[in-house]
Amino acid sequence: MTTDLTSRHPHSVSADRQRILRRVGTFMSYAGISLVALLFLFPFFWMVSNAVRSNAEVMAVPVRILPEEYQWGTFVDAFVSLPFGTFLLNSIIVACGVTAIVVAVSCLSAYAFARLRFPGREGLLLTYLSTLMIPQVMLVIPLFLLVSKLGWINTYHGMILPVAFSSFGTFLLRQFILGIPKDLDEAAMMDGASRLRILVTVIVPLAMPAIGLLSLFTFIAQWKSFLWPLIATSGVEKATLPLGLTLFQTQQGTSWNYIMAGATISMVPGVILAIVMQRIIYKGISVGSGFGGR
Amino acid sequence: MRQLSPWQELPLMEEDMSQSAVAELPLQPVQSRRFLKPETQTAMLFLLPSFLGFMIFMALPILASLGLSFTNWQLISTPSFVGFQNYIKLFTVDPAFYTILRNTLFFAVEYLALNIAVSLTLAVWISSLKRGKAIFRVIFFLPTFTPTIAASVVWLLIFTPDGLADAVIRALGLGLPNFLLNPTWAMQAIILVTLWANVGYNVVMFNAALDLVPKHYLEAATIDGANAWQQFWRIRLPLISPTVFFATVMTAITSLQVFDEIFAMTRGGPGSATATLGFAIYQKGFTNFQMGYASALAWVMFVMIMALTILQFHMQRKWVHYDD
Repeated sequence: MTTDLTSRHPHSVSADRQRILRRVGTFMSYAGISLVALLFLFPFFWMVSNAVRSNAEVMAVPVRILPEEYQWGTFVDAFVSLPFGTFLLNSIIVACGVTAIVVAVSCLSAYAFARLRFPGREGLLLTYLSTLMIPQVMLVIPLFLLVSKLGWINTYHGMILPVAFSSFGTFLLRQFILGIPKDLDEAAMMDGASRLRILVTVIVPLAMPAIGLLSLFTFIAQWKSFLWPLIATSGVEKATLPLGLTLFQTQQGTSWNYIMAGATISMVPGVILAIVMQRIIYKGISVGSGFGGR
Repeated sequence: MRQLSPWQELPLMEEDMSQSAVAELPLQPVQSRRFLKPETQTAMLFLLPSFLGFMIFMALPILASLGLSFTNWQLISTPSFVGFQNYIKLFTVDPAFYTILRNTLFFAVEYLALNIAVSLTLAVWISSLKRGKAIFRVIFFLPTFTPTIAASVVWLLIFTPDGLADAVIRALGLGLPNFLLNPTWAMQAIILVTLWANVGYNVVMFNAALDLVPKHYLEAATIDGANAWQQFWRIRLPLISPTVFFATVMTAITSLQVFDEIFAMTRGGPGSATATLGFAIYQKGFTNFQMGYASALAWVMFVMIMALTILQFHMQRKWVHYDD
């Protein structure tokens, strides 16, 4: 009741008090979320902070938040003494390889599902979609047997091909293509363009936001991937970065500072992509969650 | 893999199917049986790469996994058919199985509850801010873009004996043991790390959904005298409930498969305190080479995922609000 009265008199004392209260509330809100965010970022700080110490200092018993002596050379040493360079290269090759195949294959199949009429289309799409629920570990054993039978253990194609055919991409792009007006295809068809030409010159440029999102998610998923590289490789020759981190964790006299340097390197692409693509991710997710009902 | 909801599409497509089947039958010319229509031929060409990949790397392995689960194959010997023996052994003989099952369910339930609670809180908090939303979204999204193994080794260092976690516990006088060396607390450490590493997905997704809630709904509620708490429970939560439902299903599915954190931090230990299904399948298959037994475990996991998903779809009628 009183608030109704005071809101009509903006210069009254209690209106000023309310404004002050609201400002304090806003300040507390920002202070609180900043504190949570700092706690959230702390493991990253700890990672870098321990990457630039000597291994003896990492293990020293009164824990120090900041290093006593900064050894920025650890990053260089990690590359020299452990094959982090190889791990990095393998990670890049596998993640880029999978992403390229997923995007190319999904564009073709998504276009077929969205625009072409053929018998059994809906049934096939449903079959594709139902595989989204299959747990990865269930496929891992037979895939390992298949890949080892083919002699593909410790090869790039053995690491790339078995994980490059997810129905997720087909579904994501199909949903997006359904939203592109059909008139554009038809106009191109009048001009005598083939279906492939329509896909490449009309649909792909328009579907770039969805293709970007698919590339981003595929690249990150592969960059993070651990179980399949663990099984499809043996030893350090074809190990990816996540694998490399654990390979050296089990050795006698773990070099924690090198592992932390490696972990830091392994998250660089993620940080860059998360910042650069923040808007795309956010838009893509709001589009995606729209499928969830509203 | 998480921002799309195929579920809402399914009923629609079933309708389409029946409609198109009815509509097309009388129109189908007889010649089309001999020569495929050009459009069908194009479709087959376009689908060929994905279909081949699907058959070789998805359908074949699924069938092989089912077949293997009925054999006693140990990689060196020739496999022989043993019927349901693996499954019977799981439920009656193997003393570890119920421990693994209990660990998996314990992890999934606690992790799911914490994940949804924490991500909803953070999302509502961030969406209430006027400025700087993007910065906070990136911060909470960062761990989800970090290889889980990298995140796990950092937390392994934090939890190392006499490490940072122990120092903090001692400084606060909490009197807790070292998490990773203690059977009761090891799983809590795994849950904490998994939460930190993955909560960002749901934060960003809920944040996006909250920003789509029409402003005038909230303004109308404010005029009616609803406080922030009532606005959340009566207006915002029901309006974003389809997104919450989707996130819950996806988080539950992934939580039953937890592996990376356990492999890097505890290898199922101490004892078998953190041995979950995902880890047990790997261990049985690739450490003990009991491929048949591990495949049976994998099918138990698949059935759990199916059952949980069906249960959640059944329960969604009670709490998910669709605006149509």
